[in-house]
Amino acid sequence: MNVRHIGADFRVVVRSYLRNPVALFFSLIFPIILIGLFGLIFSAAGSGPVTVQVLNEDHNSPVSQAFLAALNNTSVVKVAVVSDASVTPSNFGSWLGANDDPVGLIVPDGFASDYENGTATNLTVYTNPSDAASSGTVLGAVQGVANGFNLRRACSGTACSPVIGYTSENVGSPVYTYIDYLIPGLIGFSILTSPMFSMVDIASSYRKDGIFRELSLTPLTRAEWLVSRISWYVLLTFVAAGIMIGAGVYLFSAHVHLTLGLLPFLVIGPFFFVSLGMLAGSVAKTPESAALIGNIITFPMMFLSGTFFTVASFPPYLQDFARVLPLYYVIDGMNQVMLFSNSGRALVDLLIVLVAGIVVFALAVRLFKWRDE
Amino acid sequence: MPTAIEVRGLTKRYGALAAVDGIDFSVESGTVFSFLGPNGAGKTTTTEILEGLRRRTDGDVRVLGLDPWNDGAALHRRIGVIPQDFRFFEKITAREAVEYYRALFHTNADPARLLAQVELLDKIDARFDTLSGGQKQKLGLALALTNDPEICFLDEPTTGLDPHARRSIWAVIRDLKRSGRTVFLTTHYLEEAELLADHVAIINHGRIIAAGTPGEIIRAHGRPERITVEAPAELATYLAQRLGVAATADGGHVSVELGDKRDALKVLQAIDASGLPWDSFETAHDTLEDVFVRLVGQMDDGALKQEARS
Ligand SMILES: Nc1ncnc2c1ncn2[C@@H]1O[C@H](COP(=O)(O)OP(=O)(O)O)[C@@H](O)[C@H]1O
Ligand SMILES: [Mg+2]
Repeated sequence: MNVRHIGADFRVVVRSYLRNPVALFFSLIFPIILIGLFGLIFSAAGSGPVTVQVLNEDHNSPVSQAFLAALNNTSVVKVAVVSDASVTPSNFGSWLGANDDPVGLIVPDGFASDYENGTATNLTVYTNPSDAASSGTVLGAVQGVANGFNLRRACSGTACSPVIGYTSENVGSPVYTYIDYLIPGLIGFSILTSPMFSMVDIASSYRKDGIFRELSLTPLTRAEWLVSRISWYVLLTFVAAGIMIGAGVYLFSAHVHLTLGLLPFLVIGPFFFVSLGMLAGSVAKTPESAALIGNIITFPMMFLSGTFFTVASFPPYLQDFARVLPLYYVIDGMNQVMLFSNSGRALVDLLIVLVAGIVVFALAVRLFKWRDE
Repeated sequence: MPTAIEVRGLTKRYGALAAVDGIDFSVESGTVFSFLGPNGAGKTTTTEILEGLRRRTDGDVRVLGLDPWNDGAALHRRIGVIPQDFRFFEKITAREAVEYYRALFHTNADPARLLAQVELLDKIDARFDTLSGGQKQKLGLALALTNDPEICFLDEPTTGLDPHARRSIWAVIRDLKRSGRTVFLTTHYLEEAELLADHVAIINHGRIIAAGTPGEIIRAHGRPERITVEAPAELATYLAQRLGVAATADGGHVSVELGDKRDALKVLQAIDASGLPWDSFETAHDTLEDVFVRLVGQMDDGALKQEARS
């Protein structure tokens, strides 16, 4: 494995790609289209200010009044104070759900005195998974107003640390919204599709055009060639993931953890699927059968690995089926690191993909011939 | 002179078809060897076996003392190849292509110098998909030279090119020979073999049917020298009776085969003495083309007759 060879081939790949506007357009615009489309379909964006139901447990203290007034002044939310005496912090979530109110806010008891004394106090924001747009709006507004209050206090008091914090709770039971699941799902989708479709095609078209024959006459080895292609798709995956996370967070207020734990998946995922695409393209005798094999492998994974819908929402037999699909482990692992901060399970997912990747890579290097036997 | 390529009993079968059918030849270092044959003769098959791109069914092949199939990696550092229909990455420029090969072969070849050598300097920054057929072949040549090869394999490098492009490829091939390289050239153009090659092997249906220098092939397989005059057919009869030579009449022309060059004078005297009207005489001898067309034609006639019988 010679790094200089890989570097030389990588430059050729990058140049070929950058000079092919159509291919570039599809690999970078496609993720945006996908996230935009699914984001819009599944999180009906409301127009006008979002009404937020407020349960004020601080008995209308001046500070809480001021806070709610400031919130109202943001013009993106409209504060409606709950007057029903039977509503308590413990049943507030289900009360919101029952009234079809997508968002709510609890101002805790002692909010004013805590604020004045500089003791940490915590607001609770309730949001609804099916209404990502309202959720994002309210969370953003609460955060903004809380920051303002914290700053004002920090400048007038002795302690300069923020006082008002907030936690986010869901209306109903699940903690994450559709768009939150959609981001790892769509990153997985692009890790699967862009290498699979193009590697299957490259495997047969390079053979037909004699490019493999050309390369076989140079000291470049098949493993080096494959590593160069993998490197390219890793780079492409980083860019696509960045675009999708950016679009998800800014357009649809997704909340995902950006941790370093995501990076291994953005490397091992393309490693697996570039190798698999090459393997599929190599075992096929004709370009037509290559495309067919590629589709047979790709299509079930495209829908059943947690790309557009979480696997947890599938009927049990489909969940079992999903567990034999390699992409399931890529997406599940990304869910674990981006949503649940569950690095233990993410590591298991990663190991599964890594081992499968090594096997497929070795098979691909072995079976893909660039000269006639 | 050392031998660059040595082939004994080389056979390549595809099912029932023997694409190459037990051929022997050798190529001396520093010479241009041309494999001449019609389409489907087995030129590419042989060439790719020599390059280590295809596995042979049978026979013995040594290129620079190496077995091309098993010692491919070592061989490829020492040879340069321009395949038939050379194709490359569409969006890569000529300069970048040479730089790519330079990095793969760990040489310090200068793209500008190499491209100048193949007369492609003006296209150094043009992308492959914008090059003409001849320019693509020239880039193939430049890439084949990146590793300063001892042998260059060129498989029909001028097929489909216009006369000007062909001539400039020929100039490069002459250059290669001048720089002491061995050249293995396949072609179905006779003049190309005749102009460039030190040794020619004519191949048809996987068999070598004639081999040697162009002169040797013509002497061995060509018809005798002949005189042709514009004259009525009676002259043929007259000359046959008078001199006992083979004379044929065809469309106002009479042709006489000469056993010896000096017979020419006797024939001309006899023509003059015949009293028949005659005009514009010329002497002709077989070119490699005549020999090629006849040898390949005879073989195909034979094959047709065999097929008809069976
Ligand atoms: N991969 C192959 N499979 C089957 N037949 C082949 C293959 N390659 C070449 N042939 C056959 O072998 C014969 C010689 O082909 P080739 O060497 O390409 O001829 P040339 O280069 O002289 O035109 C042809 O009849 C061709 O059809
Ligand atoms: Mg050929």
